[in-house]
Amino acid sequence: MFPTPIHQRPIVNQYIYKIFLPISLIIWLIPIFGILMTSIRGLGDITAGNMWGIPSEFLLFSNLYDVFTNTPMIKYTLNSFKVTIPTMLGAVALSCMTGFALANYKFKTNLIIFFIFIAGNFVPFQILMIPVRDLTFKIGLYNTITGLVLFHVAFQTGFCTLFMRNFIKALPQELIEAARMDGASEFRIFWKIILPLTRPAIAALCVLIFTFIWNDYFWATVLIQGDHAMPITAGLKSLNGQWITAYHLLSTGSIVAAIPPVIMFFLMQKHFIAGLTLGATKG
Amino acid sequence: MELNNPKAKRITWWQKNQIKISPWIFLAPGLIFFSIYVIAPIFVSIGISFYQWDGLSPSIYVGLQNYIELLDDEYFYISLWNNLKWLIFFMLAVPIGLGLAIFLNQIVFGIRLIKSLFFFPFVISQVVIGLIFTWFYQPNYGVIAPFLNFIGLEGFSILANENTATYGIIFAGLYPQIAYCLILYLTGLNNINPEQIEAGRMDGAKGFHLFWNIVLPQLRHATFLAIVVTVIGALRSFDMVAIMTQGGPYGYSNVLAYYMFEQALSEYGYRMGYGSAIATVLFTIMMFYILFFIYRMYRNEREDNN
Repeated sequence: MFPTPIHQRPIVNQYIYKIFLPISLIIWLIPIFGILMTSIRGLGDITAGNMWGIPSEFLLFSNLYDVFTNTPMIKYTLNSFKVTIPTMLGAVALSCMTGFALANYKFKTNLIIFFIFIAGNFVPFQILMIPVRDLTFKIGLYNTITGLVLFHVAFQTGFCTLFMRNFIKALPQELIEAARMDGASEFRIFWKIILPLTRPAIAALCVLIFTFIWNDYFWATVLIQGDHAMPITAGLKSLNGQWITAYHLLSTGSIVAAIPPVIMFFLMQKHFIAGLTLGATKG
Repeated sequence: MELNNPKAKRITWWQKNQIKISPWIFLAPGLIFFSIYVIAPIFVSIGISFYQWDGLSPSIYVGLQNYIELLDDEYFYISLWNNLKWLIFFMLAVPIGLGLAIFLNQIVFGIRLIKSLFFFPFVISQVVIGLIFTWFYQPNYGVIAPFLNFIGLEGFSILANENTATYGIIFAGLYPQIAYCLILYLTGLNNINPEQIEAGRMDGAKGFHLFWNIVLPQLRHATFLAIVVTVIGALRSFDMVAIMTQGGPYGYSNVLAYYMFEQALSEYGYRMGYGSAIATVLFTIMMFYILFFIYRMYRNEREDNN
């Protein structure tokens, strides 16, 4: 193990480590503490410059009430779910198939197609912006959730294919060979043998896609204009313009926007990390 | 007998060709979707960069005019230069993430929770991070106001100053990026071969020597991935700039990604052709990294197959 486990070190070092660990954590989380503290304050504290002192009032619920009743925050949150969940399902479904095709069959253009998926996944969004916006206009889906979802599904398929293909490739080949010997059709192999085995990969992709799409800001600004379809990231930005120095509301809104991916992360941490570190061990 | 023949033939044809045709059936939906929304637009954008177009009226072919204009555009150079600053300073996330990973790679009470708390800035939207830091930097009400007063810079606004705005944004951007690199390196450290470490220790290697010669080479995959995601993050930086300064003051914190958006889709004008030219430049820069990444994957694939 590297570094040397702390319990093999002199007792003094152990104590120093145990003191430094929480201190470093507190420093690291200062921005988070900042908004948590501010979300319970009232306007009085903000204008008095009381940022780090004890809040003079406990107004978390009143702030939440303000945010939810005086702004379209509930609408924004719902919109975010309406964008995120179909994207997650769509991209995972498509990439299970593409990943399976690229991992299991040998054909001439296999690697080229695989690399196209990878390359597309890394391109800057700006090179896609104008044509995608144009296309969305032309098919009458500009300013709709469906239009945003369609693009997200297509784009995320790149990353998901990379992930799925590598995952399926690492599965034991003998399973597939044996099923073929028994005369199982390719679709049966996919449905009955491969899909059940990819469950951990599907879980990892779902958490990752959820986080990516929930946090997307760029495409939400490019493809959506009105409150009716605006997801929470873009909504928060537009509220920021109205709130100006109402930092207590801004903090409360930020927390609302951050909660779903944070919950997702803590519940599915193992899958989340497995997804992100794809390739950290190999590749 | 003859009546049954065609059917029997068809089954054998399908059975014979199943393996050849199936991949295309599986690939079709994903590949078609991806081509329409990702691959084709790249070429369409490059095409638009040779036109003058406001998005509504007919476009006019202008050849290289947009690129020639770029060469004389002061704001383009500022953005390009800022992208370079992003590339350089964003890279700090890699060594800092590694340092933190080594610091946290211990087994003590509560370490799992502590690690999760270190990770989680990464899952928070950049919009939220950008808003938090913008408020932190506020000269009067901000969190760092007392500190600024202390060092005699009362009322100094980091984001409104042309020399500091970009660094202020990059600093905010580092927060989630360090968490990302930390995740990659902690996994890497977990997968290190303990026998090699022990063997190294037997040979008397310790401290920095052990780290540099034995640990770091084993972390090369994590390092590679950390560098790739950080470079891409630096070149893609859009959200933070859009939230924190919108390129201001006077374009001094602009980056190519945001400048392109500003030119093509904002109140400053709907210059689709010019925007596409900026996007094409950004794409070309990015392409070097993409090709490098793919080359590496290709090499690994070949090794796997031999």
